[in-house]
Amino acid sequence: MELRTHISVQNLNVFYGNEQALKNITLDIPDKNITVIIGPSGCGKTTLLKSFNRLIDSIDGVKVSGKVLVDGENIFDPKVEVTRIRKKMGLLSQKPYPLPMSIYDNIAYGPRIHGIKDKKRLDEIVEHYLKESGLWNEIKDRLHSPASRLSVGQQQRLCLARGLAVEPEIILGDEPTSALDPKSSQRIEHRFLVLKKQYTIVIVTHILRQAKRLANYVVFLYLGELIEHGPAEDVFNNPKEEMTKEYIKGIIS
Amino acid sequence: MRYKRPLKDKLASKFMLILTILSSLIVFLMAFGLYQRSRSILATKSLTELLFSTSWHPLKGEFGFFPFIMGTIWVTGVAVVIAIPLCLLTAIYLSEYAHRRIREWTKPLIDLLAGIPSVVYGVWGVLVIVPLIKNHIAPFFGRISTGYSVLAGGVVLAIMIFPIIIHVSVGVFSSVPYEVREASLALGATKWQTVKHVVMRKAMPGVIAAIVLGLSRAFGETMAVLMVAGNVAKVPSSVLDPAYPLPALIANNYGEMLSVPLYDSALLLASLVLLMVVLFFNIISRVVLTRVEKRVQ
Repeated sequence: MELRTHISVQNLNVFYGNEQALKNITLDIPDKNITVIIGPSGCGKTTLLKSFNRLIDSIDGVKVSGKVLVDGENIFDPKVEVTRIRKKMGLLSQKPYPLPMSIYDNIAYGPRIHGIKDKKRLDEIVEHYLKESGLWNEIKDRLHSPASRLSVGQQQRLCLARGLAVEPEIILGDEPTSALDPKSSQRIEHRFLVLKKQYTIVIVTHILRQAKRLANYVVFLYLGELIEHGPAEDVFNNPKEEMTKEYIKGIIS
Repeated sequence: MRYKRPLKDKLASKFMLILTILSSLIVFLMAFGLYQRSRSILATKSLTELLFSTSWHPLKGEFGFFPFIMGTIWVTGVAVVIAIPLCLLTAIYLSEYAHRRIREWTKPLIDLLAGIPSVVYGVWGVLVIVPLIKNHIAPFFGRISTGYSVLAGGVVLAIMIFPIIIHVSVGVFSSVPYEVREASLALGATKWQTVKHVVMRKAMPGVIAAIVLGLSRAFGETMAVLMVAGNVAKVPSSVLDPAYPLPALIANNYGEMLSVPLYDSALLLASLVLLMVVLFFNIISRVVLTRVEKRVQ
Protein backbone atom coordinates (compact mmCIF):
# COMPACT_ATOMS: atom_id res chain seq x y z
CA MET A 1 0.00 0.00 0.00
CA GLU A 2 1.17 3.49 -0.84
CA LEU A 3 1.23 5.80 2.17
CA ARG A 4 1.70 9.54 2.29
CA THR A 5 4.05 10.59 5.07
CA HIS A 6 2.71 12.97 7.71
CA ILE A 7 5.40 12.94 10.36
CA SER A 8 8.94 12.17 9.37
CA VAL A 9 11.48 11.45 12.10
CA GLN A 10 15.10 11.78 11.03
CA ASN A 11 18.04 10.73 13.22
CA LEU A 12 16.25 11.72 16.39
CA ASN A 13 18.29 11.46 19.60
CA VAL A 14 16.91 12.46 22.97
CA PHE A 15 18.99 12.65 26.14
CA TYR A 16 17.77 13.15 29.70
CA GLY A 17 20.95 14.42 31.32
CA ASN A 18 23.48 11.70 30.47
CA GLU A 19 20.94 9.05 29.77
CA GLN A 20 19.96 8.49 26.17
CA ALA A 21 16.23 7.84 25.87
CA LEU A 22 16.01 7.65 22.08
CA LYS A 23 18.84 6.43 19.87
CA ASN A 24 19.00 7.67 16.33
CA ILE A 25 15.40 7.07 15.35
CA THR A 26 14.49 7.42 11.69
CA LEU A 27 10.95 6.65 10.67
CA ASP A 28 7.98 7.89 8.65
CA ILE A 29 4.49 7.99 10.09
CA PRO A 30 1.73 7.69 7.51
CA ASP A 31 -1.07 10.19 7.04
CA LYS A 32 -4.70 9.31 8.01
CA ASN A 33 -3.85 5.99 9.57
CA ILE A 34 -3.40 4.64 13.04
CA THR A 35 0.23 4.14 13.92
CA VAL A 36 0.83 2.21 17.10
CA ILE A 37 4.10 2.43 18.98
CA ILE A 38 4.72 -0.74 20.98
CA GLY A 39 7.50 -1.90 23.23
CA PRO A 40 8.17 -2.69 26.87
CA SER A 41 7.92 0.09 29.45
CA GLY A 42 10.87 2.42 29.64
CA CYS A 43 11.74 1.88 25.99
CA GLY A 44 11.15 5.48 24.95
CA LYS A 45 7.61 5.20 23.54
CA THR A 46 6.28 8.16 25.46
CA THR A 47 9.44 10.18 24.81
CA LEU A 48 9.00 9.64 21.09
CA LEU A 49 5.35 10.65 21.27
CA LYS A 50 6.03 13.75 23.33
CA SER A 51 8.80 14.85 21.03
CA PHE A 52 6.17 15.15 18.29
CA ASN A 53 4.45 18.03 20.08
CA ARG A 54 7.60 19.16 21.86
CA LEU A 55 6.18 18.57 25.31
CA ILE A 56 9.60 17.14 26.15
CA ASP A 57 10.92 20.73 25.93
CA SER A 58 9.88 21.52 29.47
CA ILE A 59 11.69 18.59 31.09
CA ASP A 60 14.79 19.70 33.00
CA GLY A 61 18.06 18.77 31.31
CA VAL A 62 16.61 17.39 28.08
CA LYS A 63 18.73 17.51 24.91
CA VAL A 64 17.42 16.79 21.45
CA SER A 65 19.26 16.32 18.16
CA GLY A 66 17.94 15.35 14.77
CA LYS A 67 14.76 16.39 13.05
CA VAL A 68 11.05 15.77 13.23
CA LEU A 69 9.27 16.99 10.12
CA VAL A 70 5.55 17.59 10.32
CA ASP A 71 4.09 18.44 6.92
CA GLY A 72 7.69 18.90 5.81
CA GLU A 73 8.54 21.46 8.49
CA ASN A 74 11.19 20.69 11.13
CA ILE A 75 9.44 21.31 14.43
CA PHE A 76 12.72 21.55 16.34
CA ASP A 77 13.83 24.50 14.21
CA PRO A 78 14.39 27.37 16.70
CA LYS A 79 12.37 29.72 14.50
CA VAL A 80 9.27 27.56 14.77
CA GLU A 81 6.51 28.80 17.06
CA VAL A 82 5.86 25.91 19.41
CA THR A 83 2.22 26.82 20.11
CA ARG A 84 1.43 26.51 16.39
CA ILE A 85 3.00 23.04 16.29
CA ARG A 86 1.03 21.93 19.34
CA LYS A 87 -2.21 23.25 17.91
CA LYS A 88 -1.75 20.75 15.08
CA MET A 89 -1.93 17.86 17.54
CA GLY A 90 -4.40 16.72 20.13
CA LEU A 91 -2.99 14.81 23.09
CA LEU A 92 -4.62 12.11 25.15
CA SER A 93 -2.62 11.22 28.24
CA GLN A 94 -2.62 8.03 30.31
CA LYS A 95 -5.05 9.41 32.81
CA PRO A 96 -7.59 12.03 31.80
CA TYR A 97 -6.74 15.45 33.20
CA PRO A 98 -9.75 17.74 32.80
CA LEU A 99 -8.95 21.42 33.23
CA PRO A 100 -10.33 22.89 36.47
CA MET A 101 -13.45 24.32 34.85
CA SER A 102 -16.84 23.29 33.46
CA ILE A 103 -17.37 20.72 30.72
CA TYR A 104 -18.25 23.52 28.32
CA ASP A 105 -15.19 25.58 29.20
CA ASN A 106 -12.92 22.56 28.83
CA ILE A 107 -13.89 22.25 25.18
CA ALA A 108 -14.01 26.00 24.58
CA TYR A 109 -10.60 26.52 26.21
CA GLY A 110 -8.54 25.76 23.10
CA PRO A 111 -10.69 27.71 20.63
CA ARG A 112 -10.78 30.68 23.04
CA ILE A 113 -7.00 30.62 23.38
CA HIS A 114 -6.76 30.73 19.62
CA GLY A 115 -8.98 33.76 19.38
CA ILE A 116 -12.60 32.61 18.93
CA LYS A 117 -14.84 34.81 21.08
CA ASP A 118 -18.24 34.56 19.43
CA LYS A 119 -20.59 32.81 21.86
CA LYS A 120 -22.67 31.14 19.17
CA ARG A 121 -19.62 29.84 17.38
CA LEU A 122 -18.27 28.41 20.64
CA ASP A 123 -21.61 26.74 21.36
CA GLU A 124 -21.45 25.06 17.96
CA ILE A 125 -17.87 23.94 18.48
CA VAL A 126 -18.64 22.48 21.90
CA GLU A 127 -21.64 20.57 20.61
CA HIS A 128 -19.86 19.36 17.49
CA TYR A 129 -16.82 17.94 19.23
CA LEU A 130 -18.76 16.43 22.10
CA LYS A 131 -20.73 14.56 19.46
CA GLU A 132 -17.57 13.62 17.65
CA SER A 133 -16.15 12.08 20.80
CA GLY A 134 -19.43 10.33 21.59
CA LEU A 135 -20.15 12.19 24.81
CA TRP A 136 -22.92 14.63 23.83
CA ASN A 137 -25.94 12.51 24.67
CA GLU A 138 -24.68 11.68 28.13
CA ILE A 139 -23.92 15.21 29.24
CA LYS A 140 -25.81 17.69 27.10
CA ASP A 141 -27.98 18.72 30.08
CA ARG A 142 -25.09 19.57 32.36
CA LEU A 143 -22.58 21.34 30.17
CA HIS A 144 -21.86 23.88 32.87
CA SER A 145 -21.14 21.51 35.72
CA PRO A 146 -17.49 20.91 36.64
CA ALA A 147 -15.68 18.47 34.39
CA SER A 148 -14.19 16.74 37.41
CA ARG A 149 -17.62 15.28 38.23
CA LEU A 150 -17.62 13.07 35.12
CA SER A 151 -16.57 9.43 35.35
CA VAL A 152 -13.01 8.65 34.31
CA GLY A 153 -14.18 7.15 31.03
CA GLN A 154 -16.25 10.22 30.26
CA GLN A 155 -13.36 12.46 31.24
CA GLN A 156 -11.11 10.73 28.73
CA ARG A 157 -13.66 11.31 25.96
CA LEU A 158 -13.94 14.91 27.14
CA CYS A 159 -10.17 15.23 26.78
CA LEU A 160 -10.47 13.80 23.29
CA ALA A 161 -13.13 16.37 22.42
CA ARG A 162 -11.04 19.11 23.97
CA GLY A 163 -8.10 18.10 21.80
CA LEU A 164 -10.20 17.91 18.65
CA ALA A 165 -11.69 21.36 19.25
CA VAL A 166 -8.47 23.11 18.22
CA GLU A 167 -8.79 21.38 14.82
CA PRO A 168 -5.60 19.36 14.89
CA GLU A 169 -4.36 17.15 12.06
CA ILE A 170 -2.85 14.60 14.37
CA ILE A 171 -4.06 12.83 17.50
CA LEU A 172 -1.42 11.59 19.92
CA GLY A 173 -2.44 9.02 22.50
CA ASP A 174 -0.12 8.04 25.34
CA GLU A 175 -1.59 4.73 26.54
CA PRO A 176 -4.95 6.49 26.39
CA THR A 177 -6.99 3.60 27.77
CA SER A 178 -4.71 2.44 30.56
CA ALA A 179 -6.80 4.09 33.29
CA LEU A 180 -10.16 3.08 31.84
CA ASP A 181 -12.52 0.18 32.39
CA PRO A 182 -13.01 -2.26 29.47
CA LYS A 183 -16.24 -0.63 28.31
CA SER A 184 -14.75 2.86 28.24
CA SER A 185 -11.60 1.56 26.55
CA GLN A 186 -13.74 0.02 23.88
CA ARG A 187 -15.51 3.33 23.32
CA ILE A 188 -12.22 5.17 22.93
CA GLU A 189 -10.88 2.53 20.54
CA HIS A 190 -14.05 2.78 18.52
CA ARG A 191 -13.60 6.55 18.32
CA PHE A 192 -10.09 6.11 16.99
CA LEU A 193 -11.33 3.82 14.23
CA VAL A 194 -13.90 6.45 13.21
CA LEU A 195 -11.52 9.37 13.52
CA LYS A 196 -8.70 7.87 11.46
CA LYS A 197 -10.57 8.86 8.30
CA GLN A 198 -9.85 12.51 9.10
CA TYR A 199 -6.83 12.44 11.36
CA THR A 200 -3.41 10.91 11.59
CA ILE A 201 -3.40 8.99 14.84
CA VAL A 202 -0.33 7.91 16.80
CA ILE A 203 -0.88 5.77 19.87
CA VAL A 204 1.52 4.41 22.42
CA THR A 205 0.38 1.21 24.04
CA HIS A 206 1.77 -1.75 25.89
CA ILE A 207 -1.36 -3.79 25.28
CA LEU A 208 -0.51 -6.01 22.36
CA ARG A 209 -4.09 -6.98 21.63
CA GLN A 210 -5.10 -3.34 21.48
CA ALA A 211 -2.26 -2.71 19.05
CA LYS A 212 -3.52 -5.54 16.85
CA ARG A 213 -7.08 -4.20 16.93
CA LEU A 214 -6.14 -0.67 15.99
CA ALA A 215 -2.89 -0.52 14.11
CA ASN A 216 -2.44 0.09 10.42
CA TYR A 217 1.21 0.73 10.99
CA VAL A 218 3.41 -0.51 13.82
CA VAL A 219 6.59 0.84 15.38
CA PHE A 220 8.50 -1.40 17.77
CA LEU A 221 10.95 0.25 20.15
CA TYR A 222 13.30 -1.49 22.55
CA LEU A 223 15.52 0.37 25.01
CA GLY A 224 15.43 3.56 22.98
CA GLU A 225 16.20 1.85 19.70
CA LEU A 226 13.90 1.40 16.75
CA ILE A 227 13.87 -2.34 16.15
CA GLU A 228 11.27 -2.65 13.45
CA HIS A 229 8.49 -0.70 11.79
CA GLY A 230 6.09 -1.36 8.96
CA PRO A 231 2.47 -2.07 8.04
CA ALA A 232 0.64 -3.90 10.81
CA GLU A 233 0.06 -7.14 8.91
CA ASP A 234 3.74 -7.46 8.11
CA VAL A 235 5.01 -6.74 11.61
CA PHE A 236 2.48 -8.91 13.41
CA ASN A 237 2.40 -11.85 11.00
CA ASN A 238 5.85 -11.75 9.57
CA PRO A 239 8.27 -9.95 11.86
CA LYS A 240 11.72 -9.63 10.37
CA GLU A 241 13.62 -9.19 13.59
CA GLU A 242 14.09 -11.86 16.19
CA MET A 243 13.34 -9.41 18.99
CA THR A 244 10.02 -8.37 17.50
CA LYS A 245 9.04 -12.04 17.24
CA GLU A 246 9.85 -12.58 20.88
CA TYR A 247 7.95 -9.48 21.97
CA ILE A 248 4.87 -10.43 20.00
CA LYS A 249 4.96 -13.95 21.42
CA GLY A 250 5.26 -12.44 24.88
CA ILE A 251 8.74 -13.77 25.60
CA ILE A 252 10.16 -10.33 26.34
CA SER A 253 8.05 -7.67 27.90
CA MET B 1 18.98 -2.72 87.63
CA ARG B 2 17.20 -4.65 84.96
CA TYR B 3 13.76 -3.71 86.24
CA LYS B 4 14.58 -0.06 86.59
CA ARG B 5 15.13 0.54 82.92
CA PRO B 6 11.59 -0.13 81.70
CA LEU B 7 10.30 1.96 84.59
CA LYS B 8 12.53 4.88 83.64
CA ASP B 9 11.42 4.55 80.08
CA LYS B 10 7.79 4.67 81.10
CA LEU B 11 8.31 7.68 83.34
CA ALA B 12 10.15 9.56 80.63
CA SER B 13 7.41 8.94 78.12
CA LYS B 14 4.72 10.01 80.59
CA PHE B 15 6.66 13.16 81.40
CA MET B 16 6.97 14.04 77.73
CA LEU B 17 3.30 13.36 77.22
CA ILE B 18 2.43 15.83 79.96
CA LEU B 19 4.73 18.44 78.43
CA THR B 20 3.12 17.96 75.04
CA ILE B 21 -0.38 18.29 76.43
CA LEU B 22 0.62 21.40 78.38
CA SER B 23 2.11 23.15 75.39
CA SER B 24 -0.86 22.38 73.22
CA LEU B 25 -3.16 23.68 75.95
CA ILE B 26 -1.29 26.97 76.32
CA VAL B 27 -3.42 28.72 73.72
CA PHE B 28 -6.59 27.85 75.60
CA LEU B 29 -5.07 28.74 78.95
CA MET B 30 -4.00 32.12 77.60
CA ALA B 31 -7.39 32.83 76.07
CA PHE B 32 -9.07 31.86 79.32
CA GLY B 33 -6.70 34.00 81.37
CA LEU B 34 -7.24 37.01 79.16
CA TYR B 35 -10.97 36.53 79.36
CA GLN B 36 -10.87 36.35 83.16
CA ARG B 37 -8.86 39.55 83.41
CA SER B 38 -10.97 41.47 80.91
CA ARG B 39 -14.24 40.61 82.61
CA SER B 40 -14.13 43.67 84.85
CA ILE B 41 -14.29 46.06 81.89
CA LEU B 42 -16.92 43.95 80.14
CA ALA B 43 -19.02 44.27 83.31
CA THR B 44 -19.15 48.06 83.04
CA LYS B 45 -19.41 48.50 79.26
CA SER B 46 -20.84 46.51 76.39
CA LEU B 47 -18.46 44.88 73.94
CA THR B 48 -19.94 46.72 70.96
CA GLU B 49 -19.44 50.05 72.70
CA LEU B 50 -15.82 49.19 73.41
CA LEU B 51 -15.17 48.02 69.86
CA PHE B 52 -16.91 50.86 68.02
CA SER B 53 -16.36 53.93 70.19
CA THR B 54 -13.69 56.30 68.90
CA SER B 55 -13.10 57.98 72.21
CA TRP B 56 -9.91 56.82 73.94
CA HIS B 57 -9.51 58.68 77.21
CA PRO B 58 -8.42 56.21 79.86
CA LEU B 59 -8.26 58.86 82.53
CA LYS B 60 -11.93 59.66 81.97
CA GLY B 61 -12.68 55.97 81.85
CA GLU B 62 -13.39 55.96 78.09
CA PHE B 63 -11.89 53.01 76.29
CA GLY B 64 -12.96 53.09 72.64
CA PHE B 65 -10.88 50.66 70.59
CA PHE B 66 -12.16 51.78 67.23
CA PRO B 67 -9.12 53.92 66.26
CA PHE B 68 -6.81 51.03 67.05
CA ILE B 69 -8.91 48.48 65.24
CA MET B 70 -9.01 50.76 62.21
CA GLY B 71 -5.27 51.35 62.55
CA THR B 72 -4.69 47.60 62.45
CA ILE B 73 -7.00 47.16 59.48
CA TRP B 74 -5.39 50.03 57.54
CA VAL B 75 -1.82 48.89 58.09
CA THR B 76 -2.63 45.24 57.42
CA GLY B 77 -4.69 46.17 54.38
CA VAL B 78 -1.87 48.21 52.85
CA ALA B 79 0.57 45.39 53.58
CA VAL B 80 -1.62 42.81 51.88
CA VAL B 81 -2.31 45.01 48.87
CA ILE B 82 1.43 45.46 48.38
CA ALA B 83 2.29 41.84 49.14
CA ILE B 84 -0.30 39.97 47.05
CA PRO B 85 0.84 40.90 43.53
CA LEU B 86 4.55 40.76 44.36
CA CYS B 87 4.30 37.44 46.17
CA LEU B 88 2.12 35.82 43.54
CA LEU B 89 4.40 36.82 40.70
CA THR B 90 7.43 35.61 42.64
CA ALA B 91 5.75 32.33 43.50
CA ILE B 92 4.63 31.82 39.90
CA TYR B 93 8.13 32.54 38.64
CA LEU B 94 9.71 30.17 41.14
CA SER B 95 7.35 27.29 40.53
CA GLU B 96 6.66 27.65 36.79
CA TYR B 97 9.51 29.47 35.09
CA ALA B 98 12.67 29.38 37.17
CA HIS B 99 15.45 27.05 36.28
CA ARG B 100 16.11 24.55 39.02
CA ARG B 101 19.38 26.24 39.96
CA ILE B 102 17.77 29.67 40.37
CA ARG B 103 15.05 28.12 42.50
CA GLU B 104 17.58 26.35 44.70
CA TRP B 105 19.36 29.65 45.34
CA THR B 106 16.52 32.11 45.76
CA LYS B 107 13.99 30.10 47.72
CA PRO B 108 16.15 29.69 50.81
CA LEU B 109 17.04 33.38 50.62
CA ILE B 110 13.36 34.32 50.63
CA ASP B 111 12.69 31.90 53.48
CA LEU B 112 15.53 33.57 55.33
CA LEU B 113 13.49 36.79 55.42
CA ALA B 114 11.19 35.03 57.87
CA GLY B 115 14.02 34.61 60.33
CA ILE B 116 15.02 38.27 60.58
CA PRO B 117 14.04 39.69 64.00
CA SER B 118 11.17 42.09 63.67
CA VAL B 119 13.03 44.86 65.47
CA VAL B 120 15.54 44.84 62.62
CA TYR B 121 12.71 45.40 60.17
CA GLY B 122 11.57 48.24 62.43
CA VAL B 123 14.97 49.92 62.41
CA TRP B 124 15.21 49.50 58.66
CA GLY B 125 11.76 51.05 58.32
CA VAL B 126 12.75 54.05 60.46
CA LEU B 127 15.98 54.58 58.56
CA VAL B 128 14.77 53.96 55.01
CA ILE B 129 11.01 53.91 54.57
CA VAL B 130 10.03 56.73 56.94
CA PRO B 131 12.41 59.32 55.38
CA LEU B 132 11.44 58.11 51.90
CA ILE B 133 7.79 58.85 52.65
CA LYS B 134 8.55 62.13 54.40
CA ASN B 135 10.89 63.53 51.77
CA HIS B 136 9.61 62.06 48.53
CA ILE B 137 6.29 60.25 48.55
CA ALA B 138 4.24 62.71 50.65
CA PRO B 139 5.57 65.85 48.84
CA PHE B 140 4.88 64.14 45.51
CA PHE B 141 1.20 64.06 46.43
CA GLY B 142 1.38 67.60 47.84
CA ARG B 143 1.05 66.42 51.42
CA ILE B 144 3.03 66.93 54.57
CA SER B 145 3.79 63.83 56.56
CA THR B 146 6.29 62.94 59.24
CA GLY B 147 6.77 59.69 57.40
CA TYR B 148 5.54 57.72 60.40
CA SER B 149 2.38 56.49 58.77
CA VAL B 150 0.06 53.71 57.67
CA LEU B 151 2.12 53.45 54.50
CA ALA B 152 5.40 52.97 56.37
CA GLY B 153 3.83 50.28 58.56
CA GLY B 154 2.26 48.65 55.50
CA VAL B 155 5.51 48.52 53.54
CA VAL B 156 7.48 47.04 56.42
CA LEU B 157 4.73 44.53 57.19
CA ALA B 158 4.43 43.56 53.52
CA ILE B 159 8.08 42.58 53.44
CA MET B 160 7.67 40.65 56.66
CA ILE B 161 4.84 38.55 55.27
CA PHE B 162 6.53 37.93 51.88
CA PRO B 163 8.24 34.71 52.94
CA ILE B 164 5.05 33.15 54.35
CA ILE B 165 2.92 33.90 51.30
CA ILE B 166 5.64 32.98 48.81
CA HIS B 167 6.63 29.78 50.58
CA VAL B 168 3.09 28.48 50.95
CA SER B 169 2.05 29.57 47.43
CA VAL B 170 5.02 27.82 45.81
CA GLY B 171 3.98 24.68 47.66
CA VAL B 172 0.42 25.07 46.47
CA PHE B 173 1.46 25.64 42.85
CA SER B 174 3.68 22.60 42.84
CA SER B 175 0.76 20.54 44.13
CA VAL B 176 -1.00 21.12 40.78
CA PRO B 177 -0.29 18.00 38.72
CA TYR B 178 2.16 18.54 35.88
CA GLU B 179 -0.17 16.76 33.45
CA VAL B 180 -2.82 19.48 33.81
CA ARG B 181 -0.27 21.99 32.56
CA GLU B 182 0.62 19.57 29.79
CA ALA B 183 -3.01 19.31 28.77
CA SER B 184 -3.20 23.07 28.37
CA LEU B 185 0.16 23.37 26.61
CA ALA B 186 -0.75 20.55 24.23
CA LEU B 187 -3.72 22.61 23.06
CA GLY B 188 -1.33 25.32 21.93
CA ALA B 189 -1.66 27.56 24.96
CA THR B 190 1.38 29.61 25.93
CA LYS B 191 2.99 29.14 29.29
CA TRP B 192 1.44 32.34 30.65
CA GLN B 193 -2.03 31.37 29.42
CA THR B 194 -1.57 28.01 31.11
CA VAL B 195 -0.51 29.64 34.36
CA LYS B 196 -3.31 32.19 34.27
CA HIS B 197 -6.23 29.99 33.27
CA VAL B 198 -5.27 26.59 34.61
CA VAL B 199 -2.61 26.61 37.32
CA MET B 200 -3.94 29.72 39.08
CA ARG B 201 -7.47 28.46 38.98
CA LYS B 202 -6.57 25.08 40.33
CA ALA B 203 -4.35 26.65 43.02
CA MET B 204 -6.79 29.40 44.01
CA PRO B 205 -8.06 27.99 47.33
CA GLY B 206 -4.52 27.33 48.48
CA VAL B 207 -3.30 30.74 47.38
CA ILE B 208 -6.11 32.41 49.31
CA ALA B 209 -5.17 30.34 52.34
CA ALA B 210 -1.57 31.49 51.93
CA ILE B 211 -2.68 35.11 51.87
CA VAL B 212 -4.88 34.63 54.93
CA LEU B 213 -1.95 33.07 56.74
CA GLY B 214 0.12 36.13 55.87
CA LEU B 215 -2.77 38.30 57.00
CA SER B 216 -2.96 36.69 60.40
CA ARG B 217 0.78 37.19 60.84
CA ALA B 218 0.36 40.83 59.85
CA PHE B 219 -2.47 41.40 62.33
CA GLY B 220 -0.39 40.40 65.27
CA GLU B 221 2.98 41.84 64.25
CA THR B 222 3.95 44.36 66.90
CA MET B 223 7.48 45.63 67.09
CA ALA B 224 8.23 46.70 63.54
CA VAL B 225 4.87 48.37 63.08
CA LEU B 226 5.05 50.11 66.43
CA MET B 227 8.36 51.68 65.36
CA VAL B 228 7.14 53.17 62.08
CA ALA B 229 3.36 53.65 62.20
CA GLY B 230 3.33 56.85 64.28
CA ASN B 231 1.05 55.68 67.09
CA VAL B 232 -1.61 58.40 67.18
CA ALA B 233 -4.94 57.28 68.59
CA LYS B 234 -7.07 58.57 65.73
CA VAL B 235 -8.78 56.77 62.88
CA PRO B 236 -6.48 57.32 59.87
CA SER B 237 -8.09 58.91 56.83
CA SER B 238 -5.29 58.27 54.34
CA VAL B 239 -2.22 56.07 54.04
CA LEU B 240 -0.03 59.07 54.87
CA ASP B 241 -1.70 59.54 58.28
CA PRO B 242 -0.25 57.90 61.34
CA ALA B 243 -1.98 54.86 62.76
CA TYR B 244 -1.99 53.12 66.13
CA PRO B 245 -2.58 49.40 65.66
CA LEU B 246 -3.81 47.23 68.53
CA PRO B 247 -0.59 45.30 69.16
CA ALA B 248 1.34 48.59 69.42
CA LEU B 249 -1.22 49.92 71.89
CA ILE B 250 -0.83 46.89 74.10
CA ALA B 251 2.96 46.81 73.91
CA ASN B 252 3.36 50.54 74.54
CA ASN B 253 1.04 50.79 77.52
CA TYR B 254 0.84 47.51 79.34
CA GLY B 255 2.73 47.80 82.58
CA GLU B 256 2.99 51.56 82.38
CA MET B 257 -0.26 53.14 83.45
CA LEU B 258 -1.86 50.36 85.36
CA SER B 259 -2.86 52.65 88.22
CA VAL B 260 -5.62 54.01 85.98
CA PRO B 261 -8.77 52.05 86.80
CA LEU B 262 -9.82 49.46 84.20
CA TYR B 263 -6.83 50.31 81.97
CA ASP B 264 -5.28 46.93 82.58
CA SER B 265 -8.55 45.17 81.89
CA ALA B 266 -9.07 47.14 78.67
CA LEU B 267 -5.64 46.23 77.32
CA LEU B 268 -6.18 42.56 78.10
CA LEU B 269 -9.50 42.67 76.32
CA ALA B 270 -7.66 44.11 73.33
CA SER B 271 -5.22 41.21 73.55
CA LEU B 272 -8.07 38.74 73.67
CA VAL B 273 -9.72 40.26 70.59
CA LEU B 274 -6.39 40.15 68.74
CA LEU B 275 -5.77 36.56 69.76
CA MET B 276 -9.22 35.49 68.61
CA VAL B 277 -8.94 37.20 65.22
CA VAL B 278 -5.49 35.75 64.54
CA LEU B 279 -6.57 32.27 65.67
CA PHE B 280 -9.64 32.42 63.48
CA PHE B 281 -7.66 33.31 60.35
CA ASN B 282 -4.99 30.75 61.14
CA ILE B 283 -7.44 27.92 61.60
CA ILE B 284 -9.31 28.73 58.40
CA SER B 285 -6.17 28.82 56.29
CA ARG B 286 -4.77 25.65 57.82
CA VAL B 287 -7.98 23.78 57.11
CA VAL B 288 -7.91 24.90 53.48
CA LEU B 289 -4.24 24.01 53.09
CA THR B 290 -4.75 20.55 54.55
CA ARG B 291 -7.49 19.99 51.99
CA VAL B 292 -5.19 21.11 49.20
CA GLU B 293 -2.53 18.70 50.39
CA LYS B 294 -5.02 15.85 50.54
CA ARG B 295 -6.00 16.48 46.95
CA VAL B 296 -2.40 15.89 45.91
CA GLN B 297 -2.25 12.46 47.53
